[in-house]
Amino acid sequence: MKKNILALALPAVMCAVALSACGAQPSGSPAPDGKPTQAQLTGTVVTNGSTSMEKVMGALIEGFRELEGGITVTYEPTGSGSGIEAASNGSADIGLASRSLKDAEKTDLTEVVVAKDGIAIVVNTANAVEDLTVEQVAAIARGELTNWSELGGADEAIAFIGREAGSGTRGAFEELTGTEDACRYSQELTSTGAVITAVSTTPGAIGYASLSSVEDTVKAVKIGGVACSEATVLDGSYAIQRPFVFAIPAGKELSTAAQAFYDFAADPANAGLYTLAGVVPANG
Amino acid sequence: MDALEAKYAAAKRYSETAMGLVFLLCGVLAVAFVLLISAYLILSGLPAIREVGLLDFLFGPVWAPTHKTEPQFGILPFILTSVYGTAGAVAVGVPVGFLTAMFLSKLAPRRLAAVVRTAVDLLSGIPSVVYGLVGMTVLVPAVRRVFRLPSGATLLAAILVLSVMILPSIISVSETALNAVPREYEEASLALGATETETWFRVSAPAASSGIAAAVVLGIGRAIGEAMAIMMVAGNVANMPGLFKSVRFLTTAIASEMSYAGVGSLQRSALYSIALVLFLFIMLINVILNLWFKNKREG
Repeated sequence: MKKNILALALPAVMCAVALSACGAQPSGSPAPDGKPTQAQLTGTVVTNGSTSMEKVMGALIEGFRELEGGITVTYEPTGSGSGIEAASNGSADIGLASRSLKDAEKTDLTEVVVAKDGIAIVVNTANAVEDLTVEQVAAIARGELTNWSELGGADEAIAFIGREAGSGTRGAFEELTGTEDACRYSQELTSTGAVITAVSTTPGAIGYASLSSVEDTVKAVKIGGVACSEATVLDGSYAIQRPFVFAIPAGKELSTAAQAFYDFAADPANAGLYTLAGVVPANG
Repeated sequence: MDALEAKYAAAKRYSETAMGLVFLLCGVLAVAFVLLISAYLILSGLPAIREVGLLDFLFGPVWAPTHKTEPQFGILPFILTSVYGTAGAVAVGVPVGFLTAMFLSKLAPRRLAAVVRTAVDLLSGIPSVVYGLVGMTVLVPAVRRVFRLPSGATLLAAILVLSVMILPSIISVSETALNAVPREYEEASLALGATETETWFRVSAPAASSGIAAAVVLGIGRAIGEAMAIMMVAGNVANMPGLFKSVRFLTTAIASEMSYAGVGSLQRSALYSIALVLFLFIMLINVILNLWFKNKREG
């Protein structure tokens, strides 16, 4: 699904940019609408960090390249820890983390949340269970709870349906519920669409999907009484979520190129890029 | 006149040689692809086997390539699933296919046989993703209901899909074999007082046995190499095989993890190693098939 969304997002972004480029003048000549023409910036922005942000960074870099062709933005998917380390020792302009910075890390880094990634827990529409806690979801995932009657539902065996090893959604789910490498799946499917289809056709099924992919054919349960929606993910009340963070060296100015990329990423006008990548933009 | 004729003959010779070269090139191309793929698989499949250890790789019962602390690369569940799944498909598909062939060859009125034959040909032309789709939306829920399982995506569902998929090749090869049985054998049997059913099963079938065996091997080859259809119905969890368990085949193990395995990671090279194992399996089946045909021709 990660790939699928990217495959959808990139052409969409490119189309949008191509369309907007149709009306643009060649750079250098004065714009007819009186806007000052922007000097073409050049340089390289090094970003490094969370592998989960690959899709988001892909969309951002693609969109940014069309705007500032002179700036090369590189992205190395090394993991949140390495990204934070790289930002604090200066080997990357911007560190990428799919978790909040720890207090120790905040001494020399500033945390900017650019987006939030919510994982919806979906069940079959016929399932009477409306509300689960994170602990209950984790127990289901570990195979400790095996029947919906233990959770106040019908006497139906639970089928826990998830994604294949390596999937970002699976990584996020297991990390956020504390079930890493302990999940007992009854199906491992290769796309979010397949998970949703399987959940919608299996009465006892429970699965997970990124918030943006949830459809009406399945029911997203409340977690601790909070429904999964963009609003609850943004205000932090929905529990199974994680922030996508830009870690920026504190007390040190970003290079012009890096600042331009940062401004682009933080610009509410570009929020659509995050949505296309399947996450909730922090600055809608 | 002579000069002209000589020129004409020379031109003819050149065009013959040129065409001969084109044919040779096309022939060599196929061989080159086989060699290229073999070499590529061996080169990219061996490093992971060397790193994991051949025995641990082939007979390790746990596949957990992305485990944070101790990743494990045992493909025994995949090998057994592929073997069981193929055996199951053959167990279901061969009797049905053989009896269909018998019906087509001996019993069916000509018009009906033509209809059945067309249907069988169509069955062989259906893309495997369509088998998977129908299996996922119809068969998997049915298996779940009939056997009261939490989820119908099981080895059983995969076996059923595979057995339908191997039917066409089994039917057409066995039918050809049955048709080739000399009429005199059957007439002699009937003249001795055997019933038609007795004749078909005791005379025609044994006479066609090598062809039927070839059909079975062909079916095995198709079943073991199938990925798309069973990926959609088998559930893809790396369990040890069980009829009502979600399982992962050699083929689906490669297909389901390839898109996320990091370039250069041990996980990725282990997937190439699985491909190598699968490749050897299929080579083995091809060798058996070829030996069979050779024996048949010589015997």
